[in-house]
Parts: sequence; C-alpha cells; structure tokens
Amino acid sequence: MKITTVRRINQLFFFALFVWFCIVATVGNKFWQIRNWPINWILQFDPLVALGTIVSTRKFYGPLHCALGVVILTIIFGRFFCGWICPFGAIHQFVGYIGNRGKKVAEKIRLNIYRKAQCVKYLILVFFLGMAAFPSLASSLQTGLLDPIPLLTRSFQLVLLPIFDRGAYLTSVNARYYEFGWLIFAVFATAVLLNLVIPRFYCRFICPLGAFLGIISRFSIWRIGKTKSECINCKICEKACEGGCEPSGNIKIAECVLCFNCRDDCKHDLIAYQTVPSLAGETQVDVSRRGVVLSFVSGVVAAPAIRLSGKVASNWYTGVVRPPGALAEPEFLKRCLKCGQCMRVCPTNVIQPAGIEGGLEGLWSPILNNRIGSSGCQLNCVACGQVCPTSAIRPITLDEKHGLGEFASAGPIKLGTAFVDQGRCLPWSMDKPCIVCQENCPVSPKAIFTKDVFTTVRDGVVSIKQITGSTIEIERGIPADKFRTGDYYVLFEDGSRCKISSNTATSVGISEGKVPASAGKIEIQVRLQKPCVDIEKCIGCGVCEHECPVSGKRAIRVTAEGETRSKDRRLLL
Amino acid sequence: MADQNQNNLGRRQLLIRGAKAAASIAATVGVARWLYDSKGPGAKEEEAGFLGTLAKGLPDFSVPRKDGQVISIVKGENRAKTVSKAIELLGGIERFIKPGDVVVIKPNVGFATPPILGATTHPDVITAIVKLCYEKKASKVIVTDNSINDPASCFTISGISKAASAAGAEVVMPKDSYFSPLTLEGGSLIKDWPVYCAPFAKANKLIGIAPLKNHHRSAASMTMKNWYGLLGGRRNVFHQDINNIIAELAMLVKPTLVILDGTVTMMTNGPTGGSVSDLKKTNTMIASCDMVAADAFGCSLLNLKPADLPYLAIAEKAGVGTVDYESLKPLRAEVI
Repeated sequence: MKITTVRRINQLFFFALFVWFCIVATVGNKFWQIRNWPINWILQFDPLVALGTIVSTRKFYGPLHCALGVVILTIIFGRFFCGWICPFGAIHQFVGYIGNRGKKVAEKIRLNIYRKAQCVKYLILVFFLGMAAFPSLASSLQTGLLDPIPLLTRSFQLVLLPIFDRGAYLTSVNARYYEFGWLIFAVFATAVLLNLVIPRFYCRFICPLGAFLGIISRFSIWRIGKTKSECINCKICEKACEGGCEPSGNIKIAECVLCFNCRDDCKHDLIAYQTVPSLAGETQVDVSRRGVVLSFVSGVVAAPAIRLSGKVASNWYTGVVRPPGALAEPEFLKRCLKCGQCMRVCPTNVIQPAGIEGGLEGLWSPILNNRIGSSGCQLNCVACGQVCPTSAIRPITLDEKHGLGEFASAGPIKLGTAFVDQGRCLPWSMDKPCIVCQENCPVSPKAIFTKDVFTTVRDGVVSIKQITGSTIEIERGIPADKFRTGDYYVLFEDGSRCKISSNTATSVGISEGKVPASAGKIEIQVRLQKPCVDIEKCIGCGVCEHECPVSGKRAIRVTAEGETRSKDRRLLL
Repeated sequence: MADQNQNNLGRRQLLIRGAKAAASIAATVGVARWLYDSKGPGAKEEEAGFLGTLAKGLPDFSVPRKDGQVISIVKGENRAKTVSKAIELLGGIERFIKPGDVVVIKPNVGFATPPILGATTHPDVITAIVKLCYEKKASKVIVTDNSINDPASCFTISGISKAASAAGAEVVMPKDSYFSPLTLEGGSLIKDWPVYCAPFAKANKLIGIAPLKNHHRSAASMTMKNWYGLLGGRRNVFHQDINNIIAELAMLVKPTLVILDGTVTMMTNGPTGGSVSDLKKTNTMIASCDMVAADAFGCSLLNLKPADLPYLAIAEKAGVGTVDYESLKPLRAEVI
C-alpha cells in the first residue's frame, strides 16, 4: 500500500474519531451517549493546549500528559500531527483537493509554492504566548481562538451538530441554542473556504499549533528531502504539496506536514524520507528575529491593554455568571480554551459561549444564560467540570457543590445571587399572584421566601346593598367571576376578612367566616405572596430566572454578586 | 453576409427568443397571481397549530363508574403492595385495563431530584403499575411528562426512566413537536394553548400517578395539579390564577385512574423539597376514579382542609368529582 493511502486512512480514522467524540458528548446511558467515552482525547493530545496552559499557569496539568507523546514524536518524525492526525487539517486537505481538482498541473504547482507570509503563523503563536506569559502584568490564554482542535471542537459541538441534528434530535431532546454560534460558524466557514483560494490556507498561514510543531520539528531525525541536488526541475513534486514547503528546491522543513505527496509524485524517485537534509538544501523556521520579538512584546502588552476595560477588576460585568466550579476570573482566563465542551455537555443548554461582555478576552468562554435552555443550572449536575480539559472549571463532586460532608464548612457553591426586580414582578408591582420563582427554587429550605400581604384591588372599595346569608350584594358593578379564584378576600370595616368563593357583577359570595352585623362598606382585597431572596441560601442556579413568567427581561435575575469563586464580589458579611 | 448574421437575428432565432420571453412573462405573472394576497395579514390570523387542527379536547379515558368502588385508601409502607391492594379494592386492574390497550402513565417527573427526596413520583409505583398493565395484556405502556427541570436529567435522576424501561414501558421525552394548541370548551384559561397531545394519539387509557406535596401557591400538589405537566408553552403565566387552571386541567383530562402516593408526604418546602427533613412518613396509598375525592382526602395528610384548596370546590362545581369523599364510601385496607 502506498504511504499516502495509509496517511489518508489515518486522517479519515482520526476525523471519524473526532466526530464520534462530538456525538457521544450527549447525556444518557446508550452506547453512543457519554458514559465513559474519552471525549477530550484529541484536545488532550493537542500540544498547544499543554504549552498554552504551561505558559499561563506554570504547571503541566495532569490530563494533558498525552500531549507530551505528540511532542516527542514530533521531535523525532516532524509535523506528522498536521498531516496524519489533525481533523481540521483533514478537512482543509479534502476541501483544497475538491476545490482544485480540475486545475492544470502548472496552476496547482503555482498554488503550492512557498510564500513568505507563511511566517505569520509563528508570529500569531508568539503573540498568544506573549499574552499568557506574564501573570504580573496580565495573563490571558487566547490560543484557543485559533488552535485548530479547540476551534474545531467548538465549531462542531456548538454549530454543526445543532444544525444537522435539527429535526432528528439525536443529541438533545429539543433544539439547542448558542448565542454566539453565528460568529463561531463564521470563523469556521472562513477557514474552510480559504482552501479554495490556497489549499491548506489555515495550516500554512494561521495555525499556531502548526507553528509550534514546525518549531520543534527542527531536530527531527527523519525529514523529507531530495536524494540528489540536481533534477530536471519539473516541480511535479509540488503539485500536491500540502505544506507549501518547496520540496523541489531548498525545502522549508518547518512547513512540511509529512503528506508524502511529493515522494509519491516524483517520477524519478528523487525524494525520500531520510535522516540527511535535502541535498538541494534545507531551511529551518523562516521568520525574522525582529518579527518574533515584536510579536511577543505586542502580546505581552496586549494582555494588560485589554484589561484596561476593568472587566477583570471592579468593572466586572454582572452577567458573567460562570459554571459551578469555575476558577476565580483571572485564573479562569489562564486556562479556558473556549473549546465549548462544557456548553455541549450541559444537559440544560444554560452554558453559553460569551460575547465580549466579560472583556475581549472572554469571547466564547462559558457563561450562564438562564433564558436559554431547559432549566437553569441543575442542582444535581456537575457535568461541565467533569469535561473541562484544562480544569478552568474544576471537576467538583456533588458534595462540594451542595456543601455537604467534608465541604460542610465551606457551604454550597454559589454561582451568583438572584435579585427580584420589583418593578417587573407580578406580585410586587401588578397585584397579581404568582410566586413561580419560589415554587421552583430547588434549595432546602428555599432561598426564596414570600412576604404575604393583602392589598385592596383597583376600585375595590364598594358599598354594601344587602346581605343574605353568605352573599353580599353591592352597589356598584364589579367584573363577574374575577374574584372567585381563591386569591381574593373581602375586608370588612371591623377589620375581619373572608375569602371570596363566588362573585357576580353585583355580588360576592364568601365560603367561610361570618359577615359582621354592622357592615357599611367592603374592600375587595387580593392576597399577594411577594417573593424575597434569602442571600444566605441562594446559590444562583437560575432556575427561578428561567421559570419566571415575565418572559422578556425576567422579573428575577441572577447576577454574579456573591459568587463563591471570587472574594471581591461577595455580599454576605 | 456572415457579418449580417452576427448583427441581426435570424427569423428562427427571433421566434425562439420571442417564445422564451413570452413564457418567462407568463410564468412571472402566473407565480405573482398564485401568491397574490390582496389583504395582507389580518388582525386574527387562524392558527393552524402543529397538527394542522385546533383540537377541542383530549379523549375521554375513563371507565364506567361503579358506586362503592370509586376510591380506595390503603395503609402501608411498601408501595408495590399498597398500590396493588388499592387497585384490587376498586375491582382489580382488569376493570381498567383490557387486552390490547395502549396505556399512558403520567407521573410527576417535574424535578431532577432523586427518589429519596419525594419531589417526583416514586419509581416503585411506576414499576408496579406498568407490570399490572402488562399482566392484563396491555399492548403498550408509555411513561411521559413535560418536566419543569431539564427533562433528560429529571427522568434519569428520578429513577423513573430506569424503572419504566426495566418494566417494559416506553419512556417518551417531551419534544416541542409533541404539543398542539387546544381549547377547553367551557374554560376561560386553556384557550388555543399548547398541550402535550402527541403521546395520547394512539392511547386509550391514562393513569395519573402523583406524589403528595406541599405547594406554597396552591397549598398542595396532588393528582389534579399533576396535569399541569401536560401544559406546554410558557405555562407559568397560569400561576396568576392557579386554582382555576388546576380545575380546568381536571376538566380537560378524564383519566382512567389516578394514584396518589402518600407513603411519604412532603410537608414543607414544596413542591421541590430538597431535603429528607421536608418529608414525613404517612404510609398511605390512594387509588381513585375521582380526582377531586382523592385530593380532598390527600390534603388531610398535609393537615389541610378541603376549603384550603379552592380548586377542589371549583372542580366539584364543574362536575369533575366530589369533595366529600366520605360520601363515596372509600374502601380501606392495610397491608404490612
């Protein structure tokens, strides 16, 4: 079998594996649902995930150890990951192949020439590492924006799967929503369509992971190269060159993705995977020192420049409510890859990719939007922390979330605090009974309690005409049947109160209690249970906000005040 | 001559082009005529709903009434035993389920909490009822609810999914497409409102199984309140008139049988509970053909009077059932 066929099978296998892991990130017990599938495997293999978090946190997080294997293999063999494993690379290669199928050989060779601009990816990598490198200034991990594995994970989990699962609903009971899904889609679609301009555009010009692997492949023992310095210079070896690395001449070895197409295409067998450098010459990473320094310094300065917004300080945005177990914001921003796994696995769909409300650097990081999804953050669920590949959301237990057992002294994890908007709340401002929020509060004892009051309804003071038994006939007309709902009462002049059981346009009937003898006027009153939040009990789960019948801007809303993860937002004494 | 041919259309080309132009014009006018709407959207657009029609109600699932066998109250701790006994007292499962029946079971699967917290119907009761249905050769048993919390989480954590599947029932999750607008004749709240209709499409029996819970807004959540789970849309607006919506639901749904599980009663912090300290052992299982009677009895376990639940009187007035359950001569038993 030709080595390029083996490579294609390999690419197909890892692409299928990637798609499979995306599908099985579905809550449930069937074989194709989450159970123990290692859905983060490919993310954990990604050396840039490991490198980025090492630079930002100065620690090598255990579950990312697989990346070490990829690094070692790259040092020995070169950028095999890009050409053989990377599922995003496979997509680019396939789309590039389809898009350029009919073109003439000369045109294909022209498309695959080495371009000086391929150094841009190294500058992007260095810029991102600069942003993460100095915690004393501001350390922000942004590699996930362009790192192909988080990018593809996010695009599949939050965009492609919900679109293609519409109607079938294999991966969710009902349609899933992701607020900034359109932007994720736009980036993904642009990256894929650029292959029609230049094949593997993303891999050649943008990919920071490719750049990292290119750098460390410098000492690789085997590399692609020519076995003779001179040839007829037909350049047929560059017809399908995936890396754009110029195998016909002075090969840019850091650009080579080990596709082996050159070796296959050379009619004279002059190209080999060998231990000696190409006899036609070899160039390492082709990037200027000045460019690298400038990019790094730009990154170092960009991080604190973004923080000038104050979004990670006193100007934090109240709507940035993070999932349970999320680290304090500065630590969180050092680890979050924006891969979207937490948003995908969340059974309620409440975890959403953020816009820039939490600062530019928080783009696509997970925040809770209680208006989306089936029911706020579920009390008995810790799924998001279990799937987070970098522990930006810690893998907490239910005991820790509930504040039980060894966590009893710490108390439950609070995501924020619910605030009643009295101007929008039906009992507080409209004299309508409701308390859906109180009913649905999952905490015991409930964090929402009610203040029960009787309020005279509009035009509710009426004179009595006549009393017969338990029916009070009145002077003025009132809306028939309106007051028989069990929530309305008659207040007599002596201060006694009876529940109304029936009412016509000119009378009210009471079920229990006695009508006082000396009754001149009555007041029709509604009994209102006005919801109040006990901030010591509220965990900010947002179920109340989700259920509030004021469907637009909810009359009870959770904001991040009081969240456990940050001391400076606390409310309790 | 050749030049002339390039600059002037030949007769043949002219005719062909003319015919194509005429066909294009005809097609344009035709499409415009077909789509033409002289009025624009009216003030009251007729809603067709998901299933194309506006249903007038749900089918009647009830079985003929037998005086003296309307409600049974069985004391005991073992749910499997008490619920079987309660049904036996009413004439046995054969009175309710005939061979070939398609049975829908509507438990309360509102919350994603484990069975020990009593906020959802206990899986043991589901198991017992599903088994009884299959013993009498029911062709299919469906267990479903429109949960309040995330449905997948609710069905899993409550243990209901597992219990129902193990006993051979089909668990149906509430998909958006399963709701169709429905109007209750004689009702004032359920008007063109999405109701969970699809699971009932092929069913001919319906059994409601409710836990017995405290409820701050409606005082108690029992068999009648359990039908709230059939409402779709942003159903919480009905909490403004909780008593009438519960009564209207009881008018809308005519079940074969209701089970009220008072083995433990949620005395406080209802309807979500969240702690075993909210629960009290009351060791009572009620089976009833009359929901009003079942709930009227049930409120005694919460130390309430029927008058504390205005929806009971409203439902009785609408002819749903009898508040004075003692007049129905409840059949009582105790199993150990």
